[in-house]
Order: sequence, then structure tokens, then C-alpha cells
Amino acid sequence: MSDASLNTIETVNAEAQFGDYFALLKPRVMVLVVFTALVGMLAAPVSLHPVVGFAAILFIAVGGGASGALNMWWEADIDRIMKRTRKRPIPSGKVERGEALALGMALAGFSVIMLWLATNWLAAALLAFTIFFYAVIYTIWLKRWTPQNIVIGGAAGAFPPMIGWAAATGTVSVESVLMFALIFMWTPPHFWALALFMKGDYHEAGVPMLTVTHGRRSTRRHILVYTCLLAPLAIGAAFTAIGGPIYLVVALIYNAIFLKGAYAIWRRDEATAEADGYKTEKQVFKHSLYYLFAHFGAILAGVLLAPYGLGAF
Amino acid sequence: MSLSRQHQLHTRRYSRNLGLGLVLAGFVALIFGLTVAKVTSEDFAVPTEVGGQY
Repeated sequence: MSDASLNTIETVNAEAQFGDYFALLKPRVMVLVVFTALVGMLAAPVSLHPVVGFAAILFIAVGGGASGALNMWWEADIDRIMKRTRKRPIPSGKVERGEALALGMALAGFSVIMLWLATNWLAAALLAFTIFFYAVIYTIWLKRWTPQNIVIGGAAGAFPPMIGWAAATGTVSVESVLMFALIFMWTPPHFWALALFMKGDYHEAGVPMLTVTHGRRSTRRHILVYTCLLAPLAIGAAFTAIGGPIYLVVALIYNAIFLKGAYAIWRRDEATAEADGYKTEKQVFKHSLYYLFAHFGAILAGVLLAPYGLGAF
Repeated sequence: MSLSRQHQLHTRRYSRNLGLGLVLAGFVALIFGLTVAKVTSEDFAVPTEVGGQY
């Protein structure tokens, strides 16, 4: 085999495929964006034409993906260090940083303009602000500067239902702010539970997560406090226009489990957690994912079953 | 030398080209669907002539 053929093989292996570019858009995060935006849109009192609604959700998802690509462009250096992110397209050498930047910028502009044309300027402005908030405020500024990165940065993930609502109604209202608040308050305990069992990752990467700056004991306390603050908000939403009996039952069950988990995390010390491989922390993290889907699923169920008396109280 | 149809570049980039082609075709279909949805909605009104210009 000649040197030339060896080089050819390397080039073939390094060629980025369509899936690698798609991976830049963080498809798993996109699922959450699509689902919450869809619920925000369907919970709105104004209904959109199905094609317009589909297009709006698609452009919101593309906007979310664009911010994911910009995030990967900026964080390529720390993604190489952390075990959790090492296989992403840039650190694994499949896609170049410049390509991620170009893709992110192009899709950001495309998604905002298309959402404006498909729906209204407010939804497009909110999407533009979300991309800016996630890519610039959170990724470039907050993440490596303050342990409050997750608290403030959580706002970026909280905007999609508000954008979905705005796409349908052209306004921002109490209901859409409530959906925003639900995700905003849920984000810190969700990520701090992850930070507890992803032990050395953030430390090695020099990201000032709460576990790194304030210690693990303090992080456990923060998880409990935020979960306690989240519960009344989540349960209280049952008595608003987006709530109802289905939502109330779901909120009571899931908040009770989340609170129990947060309390268990607070009670544990590092030795106990180490001994069982962070079992409780992993369970709480997993539950927190179901928690959000269950709450937004319940809002959606309430909307769909409103004609049967299962809508808002 | 010009690229032949069987050049390995085509093979290497097959998934990228196919993916991009499908995305573009989907976009065309979406814009068509959006246009139909917009012009058939009750809110749609043909721009009226103002000052001799549309």
C-alpha cells in the first residue's frame, strides 16, 4: 500500500457526513425545544393553520439547533476535555470549528427570518433573542465566568413555549410567562444533579459550576432549595388557564417525587454517594427529565381534553 | 482531469449531498404549503392599489 493510498483512507474516514452536521444542532435538546414550543402553541387560545404551525415549530427547532452549533463552535476546547462531550463532531475531528460557526450563523438568520414570514415579528424577535442569549450571554459570557451560569442561562431553554405561544397569538401573556418560569426554575436542579455525578468533568475543563466553586455540599443544598421553590410554582400553575385537573394530579405526583429526591440528595454525603455510584443523583437527574415532559404533556392533555371538562378549572 | 461520475468524491460525500438535497426539497415543499395556507386563509387580502402603485 502506498503512502498516497494511506492518505486517501484517512481523508475518507475524516469526511464529515450529513449526520455529523446534524449532530451540531444538538438533536436531543431539540426534542425538548420542539415539544415545549408545540405545547406553548397548542395551549394558546388562537389556533394556527396546521401547515403554518408545523413551519413555526420547524423554524423554532432550527433556531434552537443554530444556537447549539454556535455553542459547539465556542466550546470546542472544553468539549475536548470533558468525557460527556468528547465525541461531539468538533472534538472528534469530524467537523471544523469554522464550519460550525458558519452553519450556526446561517441557520440562526434563516430560522428567524422564516419564522417572521410564517408567523409574526414578536415570535421571530423572541427566537432571535433566545439564540443570542444562549450563544452569547450563556455560552460566551456566563458559562466560564460565574457559578450562576446555569441559573441565568436556563432562560435560554425556557423561551421555546413562549415563542410557540407568541407564534399563535402575537403576544406574550401570563400563561406563556408561567411556562417560561416552569422551565427556568427546573433547569438549575436538573443540571446540578448532573454536575454531582459528572464529578471531575467541569473541574478539569475549568467551568465554574457550583460543584467546583462552592463545593458539593453547597450544590446539594442548592438543589433542595430550588426544588422547594419550583414545587409551588409548578403546582400553582394548575389553577391558571394552562392548568386543570390532569395537570394538578401530574404536578402533585411529580413534584412530590422530585422533592423526595432532592431531600435524599441533600441528606447524602460524598462518601455515601461514591459508594453507590451516585445512584440517587442519577435517579433524580433522570426523573427531572420525565418531570418536565410530564408537566408539558399534562398542559397539552388539558388543552386537548378541555371539551370533556378536563381543561382549566 | 475532470471528475467522473464514479469519482470517490461522490461516494465520500454521498450522504451529505443526499441529505442536503432532501432538506432543500423539503424546504421547497414547505414554502409551497405555506403559500397555499396563507393565500387560502380568511385573513388574506390582495393588496389594494394606492396612488397608482401596488
